Amino acid sequence: MKLETLDALLAARAAKRAVALVTALDGHSEWVVEPGAPPSGLPADLLEAVRQALASDRSGVVEHDGRDWFVQAHNPPLRMLIVGAVHITQALAPMAAMAGYEVTVIDPRRGFAAAERFPGVRVDGDWPDEALERLVPDARTAVVTLTHDPKLDDPALHVALRSEAFYIGCLGSRRTHAARLDRLRNAGFDDADCARLHGPAGLDLGARSPAEIAVSVLAETVRALRRPEG
Amino acid sequence: MADPATPGSGELSGDVEDVLATARAWKREGRGVALATVVSTWGSSPRPPGSQLLVDGEGKFLGSVSGGCIEGAVIREAVEAIGDGRPRVLEFGVSDEQAWEVGLACGGKVRVLVERVEDPA
Repeated sequence: MKLETLDALLAARAAKRAVALVTALDGHSEWVVEPGAPPSGLPADLLEAVRQALASDRSGVVEHDGRDWFVQAHNPPLRMLIVGAVHITQALAPMAAMAGYEVTVIDPRRGFAAAERFPGVRVDGDWPDEALERLVPDARTAVVTLTHDPKLDDPALHVALRSEAFYIGCLGSRRTHAARLDRLRNAGFDDADCARLHGPAGLDLGARSPAEIAVSVLAETVRALRRPEG
Repeated sequence: MADPATPGSGELSGDVEDVLATARAWKREGRGVALATVVSTWGSSPRPPGSQLLVDGEGKFLGSVSGGCIEGAVIREAVEAIGDGRPRVLEFGVSDEQAWEVGLACGGKVRVLVERVEDPA
């Protein structure tokens, strides 16, 4: 691999652009390919392989012109936006970071988001809807609301439901969640919107402690990403 | 390297360790560097295509291409690739004659591309 190829991959990642690295297995030929602006001279079938690799987030070997080419998907980082700097968040944020997510904790309440409670985690003190509008959840973003407080959670959900977020989880009992869905319907969201919400958030593991609940929420997030058909 | 205040900001497709950014940092330090990448797998194998192992000229490494079964052999080849600059494709599996030594206990097969990171000409 050329050093300039490595630099191009790192630059794409810093700019959150999806690219693929196409490498000939028998020699030094390699391309960094952005599907919207492919390099001239890239064969059409390799460009199609790039599109498929990025869409499925899977890398693999394709044959072209009698040679094997490795197409490696370099999608932008996964992100998790957590609304509520609560006790569960203290467990969920480091676990999600370890699973490869770029984590932001959002909480406008002074004291809650104190940086010392979240060492090494990005903490955002804006109102959740403003923070989410600014952070623009995309198809590689999970949004989790953990405050239990409709004043904080609901505005965040409004933004999340208008985004492409692949996972939207809301902490709270079934009764709390039913009330939440009623409020969202009154705000104009339809059944298809409400069906995108995972509530109560987390796989049913019988979790009790904050850390166990964090495991169940992260597990549900992984399933939504890797097995989106359900 | 990524901003130390934001762990996870450098990770790629869910990899825990930031192999590519570390490769760049090692190059900046003037070290010889090779990347080993899983390009295809058959049957059950622990790491999917795209998984990477970073190796320097002294065999120091980061990342993984298996559950630890073949890393030793891949690191040896990577150190050689840093020396001679020749990319190589390695295959490992239970049917391999070296199976007892460096095979995959899970019964899968993997193909690994090993290549040196080249300085600009």
